[in-house]
Amino acid sequence: MTLHSPGPASSGASGARLIYHKPDVLLDRSTHYCPGCGHGVVHRLLAEVMTELGLPPHTIAVAPVGCAVFAYDYLNVDFVEAPHGRAPAVATGIRRVRPEAFVLTYQGDGDLAAIGTAEIVHAAARGERITAIFVNNGIYGMTGGQMAPTTLLGQRTTSSPNGRDAALMGFPIRITEMLAQLPGVTYAARGSVADVPAIGKLKAMIKRACQVQIDGGGFAIVEALSNCPVGWGMTPQQSLEHLKGPVVETYPLGVMVDRGTASAAGPASGGSTGPSSTPGQPEP
Amino acid sequence: MTREKEIRMAPQFGDAQAEANRRARVLMKGNEAMAEAAIQAGCDAYFGYPITPQAELLEWMARRMPELGRVFVQAESELGAINMALGAAATGARVMVSSSSPGISLMAEGMSYMAGSGTPMVLVNVMRAGPGLGGIGPSQSDYFQATKGHGHGDYRVPVLAPASIGEAMELMATAFELAERYRTPVMLVADGILGQAMEPVELRFRTPERRAFDWALTGASGRPARIIKSIDLQPEILEKRNLALQHKYREIARREVRWESWRLEDAEFAIVAYGTAARVARSAIARARERGIKVGLFRPITLWPFPERELARLSRHLHGILTVELSSGQMVEDVRLAVEGRCPVAFHGRMGGMVPTPDEVLGALKALSAKATRTRESEHHVQMVGRGAPTPGHNESDVGAGVHAGARHGGRR
Repeated sequence: MTLHSPGPASSGASGARLIYHKPDVLLDRSTHYCPGCGHGVVHRLLAEVMTELGLPPHTIAVAPVGCAVFAYDYLNVDFVEAPHGRAPAVATGIRRVRPEAFVLTYQGDGDLAAIGTAEIVHAAARGERITAIFVNNGIYGMTGGQMAPTTLLGQRTTSSPNGRDAALMGFPIRITEMLAQLPGVTYAARGSVADVPAIGKLKAMIKRACQVQIDGGGFAIVEALSNCPVGWGMTPQQSLEHLKGPVVETYPLGVMVDRGTASAAGPASGGSTGPSSTPGQPEP
Repeated sequence: MTREKEIRMAPQFGDAQAEANRRARVLMKGNEAMAEAAIQAGCDAYFGYPITPQAELLEWMARRMPELGRVFVQAESELGAINMALGAAATGARVMVSSSSPGISLMAEGMSYMAGSGTPMVLVNVMRAGPGLGGIGPSQSDYFQATKGHGHGDYRVPVLAPASIGEAMELMATAFELAERYRTPVMLVADGILGQAMEPVELRFRTPERRAFDWALTGASGRPARIIKSIDLQPEILEKRNLALQHKYREIARREVRWESWRLEDAEFAIVAYGTAARVARSAIARARERGIKVGLFRPITLWPFPERELARLSRHLHGILTVELSSGQMVEDVRLAVEGRCPVAFHGRMGGMVPTPDEVLGALKALSAKATRTRESEHHVQMVGRGAPTPGHNESDVGAGVHAGARHGGRR
């Protein structure tokens, strides 16, 4: 995020070609996120995709409770705040009375995979035409690094000081795989912010999840595996290595389901097909 | 099931036949009448979850809303329903949810967020007996919850308490008006009897005018982005937010108090009761009058704001007040706060889905009357022998006849 430009990519007077610029929908502010946090990357990808698809003027987004609680300070679209875990229900309400709007939710793993399991499962089961961005960093970052349902086995957190013990604290929950089984889910995929190639793939997933909604499909979710250097007790670099290693082992990357846009009819093509590329979408 | 033909015709305003139908009296179940009144008031979206004794309201909506091209969603829980309402209301839609006591507890979270973020919504609570799962009988044991706070934080919501199905229909439009005028959730509280009983009602509906909202989320096209939220981590700013809320609540308390007075012109005693309890009180009052007890009814229609000034004014001229509730005595606390000891305040209530009979209430009234007479006699005696001053609340000058000229017959402050 070093280059800023008021307009789209263009050739400058010097002949240098600007290939990377800040989408207008991303507000020019320093974020409150900790150094090395992946939320900024996901915000940026979302801003790029929304701009490319012309979505910002039609967007009504739902802000979560958790680290991304101030998402509306960074993304210049209409926002409503949801109680902890309830974003998919709030989004359902918006969707039903505003069929023309682009409805977006942005939740962390404590929000979506713990307190909000009922809301996410039933929004998906109803096949609500919403796009859900699910940032999974395996920890409650905002409240000081407590164990989440997504915390890896053995991982030390402030509420699992001796490491997560499956006998006492259960197993990590693969929520995106669970949701992918529901016929109402048109698209479910998991990407990561671990490195540049992964970020490119994640962007393609987010774009597909947005396109599904534009095309009149059902529920679309992208889980973005992210890092929490502070909560994990690592340097940003160590946390990215950890993300590429043990985290991806527990949470495999890929597209769990892409049922095209005819998902309302029931489960069609399941399986781990790659994201169908959208026109003008360069493969990273 | 009630007569549906007439109701189907109701939306066609302007047509003489429809107008006649609109004014026809039909037998309707409370829950269904409230649902239809909400529809006629322009409700765009309804979100609910089945619970007794309000399930007919949800069922009516399930059939009627899609018929009219409007939104009906049966949510996965009351939490889901109230948050769907939050989302829909944030876009400026006219939104309603309904439930019964245990479900309202779950909706409390959403109520707090909606109050904090200024999101209008109408919520109907067809109260049943608690605590916990309790029972499905009629109750008024959610008075504290409704008026003192459901969720967390410094907030209030206007609470409307109809005493008949016809009044419930009328107040439904009022509820939407208040919600949109003050950008607040509004509660309408009924009980199992009002929800389940059938009464002849006039199909007279009101549709509040639509306002243009400068806060509604419609997509930031050609205008700056809007945010609907309750959070502010800076105490200075959050205090300002709270002060603005309190300012709004003072305005509501000043302008929106509603109550009804009945047979209070010459009354020495008053029964204070709302909803179903007020109907029992009416029967008891008729019997007491036959026995020469001069008693009338003071019926709060808004439980919050409570008609405290009106009751205070009235209490100066009374020998005693009997509060009747389908609870252990919740509203009676507000009655005592309003009366400030100016006259004795007694209470009679039943719990667990039991409803006091008129004879029970008459008995409590007789006891209050006898006690008040004894107190007045002993005070008189004390004054005569010059050993002390009369208790301030039982001043002789307040007791005389003809001092009720100032008492109003109810209405809106």
